[in-house]
Amino acid sequence: MSDLELTTGPTTAQTRAKVQASIKRRYRAEMRFRAYGLFATMLGVLFVFLLFFSVFSKGWSIFGQHYVKLDVFYDAAVLDPSGTRNPDTLRSADYQALVRASLRAGFPTVEGRRELRELTGLVSSGASMQLQRAVMQNPTLIGTRDDQWVLASSQVDWLLKGRTTRNASEDERRLSDAQVTWLDALQADQCIERRFNKQFFTAGDSRDPELAGVGGALAGSLLTLLVTLLLSFPIGAAAAIYLEEFAPPETRVTDLIEVNINNLAAVPSIVFGLLGLSIFIGFFGMPRSATLVGGLVLTLLTLPTIIIASRAAIKAVPPSIREAALGMGASKIQCVVHHVLPLAMPGMLTGAIIGMARALGETAPLLMIGMVAFIVDVPQGIMDPATVLPVQVFLWADSPERGFIERTSGAIIVLLLFLVIMNASAVILRNRFEKRW
Amino acid sequence: MTPAVLFAAIIALVLVAFQVGKARSLTVAGGPRGIRTLHSLPGHYGLLTAMWCAIPSLLVFGIWLAFQDAILIRMVLVHLPAEVQHLPKAQLGLMINDLRNLVAGNIAPESVAVSTRLAAVEYLHLQSIARLALSALAMVAGIIGLLVVRARIRPDLRARNAFESLIEWVLFGCSGIAVLTTLGIVLSIVFEAVRFFTFVPLTDFLFGLNWSPQMAIRADQVGSSGSFGAVPLFTGTLLISAIAMLVAAPIGLFSAIFIAEYANRRVRSVVKPLLEVLAGVPTVVYGFFAALTIGPLLRVWGEAFGFNVSGESALSAGLVMGVMIIPFVSSLADDMITAVPQSLRDGAYALGATRSETIKQVVLRAALPGIVGGLLLATSRAIGETMIVVMAAGLASNLTANPFEAVTTVTVQIVTLLVGDQEFDSPKTLAAFALGLVLFVITLVLNVIALYVVRKYREQYE
Repeated sequence: MSDLELTTGPTTAQTRAKVQASIKRRYRAEMRFRAYGLFATMLGVLFVFLLFFSVFSKGWSIFGQHYVKLDVFYDAAVLDPSGTRNPDTLRSADYQALVRASLRAGFPTVEGRRELRELTGLVSSGASMQLQRAVMQNPTLIGTRDDQWVLASSQVDWLLKGRTTRNASEDERRLSDAQVTWLDALQADQCIERRFNKQFFTAGDSRDPELAGVGGALAGSLLTLLVTLLLSFPIGAAAAIYLEEFAPPETRVTDLIEVNINNLAAVPSIVFGLLGLSIFIGFFGMPRSATLVGGLVLTLLTLPTIIIASRAAIKAVPPSIREAALGMGASKIQCVVHHVLPLAMPGMLTGAIIGMARALGETAPLLMIGMVAFIVDVPQGIMDPATVLPVQVFLWADSPERGFIERTSGAIIVLLLFLVIMNASAVILRNRFEKRW
Repeated sequence: MTPAVLFAAIIALVLVAFQVGKARSLTVAGGPRGIRTLHSLPGHYGLLTAMWCAIPSLLVFGIWLAFQDAILIRMVLVHLPAEVQHLPKAQLGLMINDLRNLVAGNIAPESVAVSTRLAAVEYLHLQSIARLALSALAMVAGIIGLLVVRARIRPDLRARNAFESLIEWVLFGCSGIAVLTTLGIVLSIVFEAVRFFTFVPLTDFLFGLNWSPQMAIRADQVGSSGSFGAVPLFTGTLLISAIAMLVAAPIGLFSAIFIAEYANRRVRSVVKPLLEVLAGVPTVVYGFFAALTIGPLLRVWGEAFGFNVSGESALSAGLVMGVMIIPFVSSLADDMITAVPQSLRDGAYALGATRSETIKQVVLRAALPGIVGGLLLATSRAIGETMIVVMAAGLASNLTANPFEAVTTVTVQIVTLLVGDQEFDSPKTLAAFALGLVLFVITLVLNVIALYVVRKYREQYE
């Protein structure tokens, strides 16, 4: 040390002075750096809340829907003039006339075509369908008088949910002053009620916001996921077993497979859609929009995810287990099937669930294979045309009708709910069953 | 038999084969007492028989079903009147569509032409013959496999080894699906893209400045002839991806540094999963968020500051895409930072460095290759992202670098070209595949570079 001090370098005192002089600046830099980190993290968390707030504030009201009580007179002269109770006649009768008559009975002062149209605009166009269903089920209703709760129209629902105020201009409200007055009268008579919106969860798509539901999309999503799970889990697990347990290491074939899997994991999902369009639909002639094709495309899309997760799970099983099994005379397959797989299963299932969660939220490749059609019916099998939840969100978000904003957010809430359930079950599965050595 | 019933029948046959093989092995061994003369357990003989029964019949089943529809349609078309056969391709496609719908019972017979109705009848007739033939063929294939193996069962047949090597081949086949998928992607996209380039020269596509793919579908229609210069799409994609990375890179990196180096365990256990929630949200939700919340918000703010911000500006799509990518960057960077050994940090602290100096001059430098690789992967994800731009960016091509204007991207154009009514042979549809090829190549190159950077420059500790 003393030698050093004798050379031309700075003395200890000089160094100390220099450090002392700079220390304030350095501590300030430290504080700044830390603040940047904190700020960035807070910003990220803020985005999470902003995203969820924006969706939920637009969509929470979807769980309620307003109904209007109509005192319907099932006029035999309108429904069944011939009196034969022929189902065809009953089906094609003018139920809208019943709705109109019933509303008019409540507001006898309404005159003229335009006013009458505005009056019937208070209830959904689905009201006549509801009456039709009631009569078809129970023809004895004809000639009697009965209360029916029918859906309010989308605009009325919008106003009653407080999305727009009564004082807003007619254009913004999309309800005329007269309609608001009638509405107040109906409310005063307790003819308007807010109920749980069961329709939203069971109905298929519709052009009218108040009639549209996610039932069809939900069924389509479930069918698609079923196909995906049935194909991708066995194939992915088998591929992972091969690569971890059987593949000769460092050979060209094994390398080729591994590089391919890693690259496929990073290929944009829309490219898988192009593949599905030209191979499954173009080459094999499978039907467009079918959940089978959607499931196949999503299988290819999720395979890399599942293979990578399954490999990690298999790798986590300690080699001593294999050695013990092989030492007892088990064959390679017996060792894998009897010992490695049961121990790796929770991890593999976790990977499968995460892969399914990804498949559930995937939209772009399904647009390519035509799952964007307007489909009213709920699909019954894997060959039926269908749409899925995220595509339904996309379709509704595109729709110009204001009522669909609430539907879109509602569909997103349902979608997120499913994702939360799937991811939570993956976490529980991992925590509960995964062994750590 | 319908395919589903046939499949069940094949499964039943396979179960029978298992029992047959097992029973046969016991017979050749001379009853349960002679079981020790067998090379393998009786069950292994059963499994081997079952496998050789299942493989041929399922192969026949799969291959037949994959091609049945295409072949039947062709056979039906041959018998149609000449004037139908010589229809232009687009109308022929519509007719085939009608035919399929009619066969599936989706539309009423009255709504289509008489020739189509006759074709549907013939299709159904042929289909029933094909199903019968398939059922016979698949079952016969399975039974032949069963009988061949059964005849070979002797006590010294190494059934377990044979069965296990068969299983190994099946496992190998499953992992080969990844290679087949890549091959399928490359072949299908390249094939269609090459057809596109017979209509439009490659140089026009790559360097042309004007993108307007609308073409007259019929000869008598008034419309532009379409021009396919993709440069505006490339610049649009670059603009939006650049904005996204400008958002995601600093926020992701700094939050990774904070989480890995500064946050205590409790904060970490809350914040990390919260950020990862962003990665689990479907992109269509981000698209909705961008189109309905951020887009209008930016327009209002822009007006307040005197800018003219379009409702579908590149800025709103880019910002939201950046938010989507934050967790991607932060979790990758977090992994890289935590992988730097503590001894390096301790060395820096011992020299008197502050925490931030240690991070900036030691930790980040050690983790740099991983971080660069992560950023490249994030960029490739931004370029390939579809739903956000489809919902929040524009449709019309626009050669500009102004983030307040609406631009369109490669992925948006692929979607708009392929969604809706289309015919397979027009340059308009094929253009989507050419764009897909560009997208595939660019993301592939980015990924390869990223992996190379990570592998080549990674410091090996221990």
